Amino acid sequence: MYKVAVIGDKDNIYGFELLGLDVFPTDNVEDKEKLMKKLCNGNYGIIYITEALAEELSELIEKYDDTTVPAVIPIPGVKGNTGMGMKSVKKSVEKAVGSDIIFNN
Amino acid sequence: MASTQVNPTRMELTRLKKKLVTAIRGHKLLKDKRDELMRQFLDMVRENKALREKVEKGIESANKSFVLAKAGISDEVLGASVMAPGQEISLEISNRNVMSVDIPVYNIKTRTSDKNDMFSYGFAFTSADLDDAVGNLSEVFEDMLKLAECEKSCKLMASEIEKTRRRVNALEHVMIPDTKEKIKYITMKLDENERSTQVRLMKVKDMMLKESIEKKRAEDAS
Repeated sequence: MYKVAVIGDKDNIYGFELLGLDVFPTDNVEDKEKLMKKLCNGNYGIIYITEALAEELSELIEKYDDTTVPAVIPIPGVKGNTGMGMKSVKKSVEKAVGSDIIFNN
Repeated sequence: MASTQVNPTRMELTRLKKKLVTAIRGHKLLKDKRDELMRQFLDMVRENKALREKVEKGIESANKSFVLAKAGISDEVLGASVMAPGQEISLEISNRNVMSVDIPVYNIKTRTSDKNDMFSYGFAFTSADLDDAVGNLSEVFEDMLKLAECEKSCKLMASEIEKTRRRVNALEHVMIPDTKEKIKYITMKLDENERSTQVRLMKVKDMMLKESIEKKRAEDAS
């Protein structure tokens, strides 16, 4: 049985706690990479990550692209959409097709 | 080319011919797999794009209402409200096989079936904005789950397509032409050998004939 985690700044994610997800605020965490690694190797099927943090940890996240578990999904934070989530979709299109044929409008 | 390194024997020729047949069949199968994967991937990625747009919009509006809620009540009350969630979510992951790619299918399970259990705080000290915000977020969450499923599937399929494409290209541009070249080299070499044996035999026959004729002539003369 897996769980769902949310990781990011406290302001962006505390609402998810009420829905029953496991929330991991990173405001006071020094080693975010270590926390993320712990989550990835832990019992989490989906990890929602704020876009700002996802950008910071992009190298680590890429490692989990080819494994079925966990799915690391970037979500926008309070400060708005950085477009990082769309970029990751775009990247997988480029990887599969060779060039971007979905987002070029 | 590498073809100079093969043994020009009949056994090698049979082996290479078999290899070529397998390679061509493999190439056809892999090409079909790639095309089908690509078709499904494109459908999936369009869905992914639509879902992501929807989710991003939903989260944005939920975040807005959270900011509003936060403005209305003190940090302590808010902290206390979210401290002890009444709902708990666990996730069941099963796999669906799409052209040999295992894509995940998520099945969410909540601890209690009552939807209102996510409001684990007293309504007396919190504003209605917080209720709205939480309601919004729980609506978005369903789509977020779908998004997670879709996006992960897209990523897995993308890497499988990349792998398959490499294999198809390797077969098409390296393996098959190479084997064909080798087969051609061996056939030519074998034919050449055969011709040279033929010529040698004819030569030997001529020599033997000449010898016997001369012998006969010598006998007739004496």
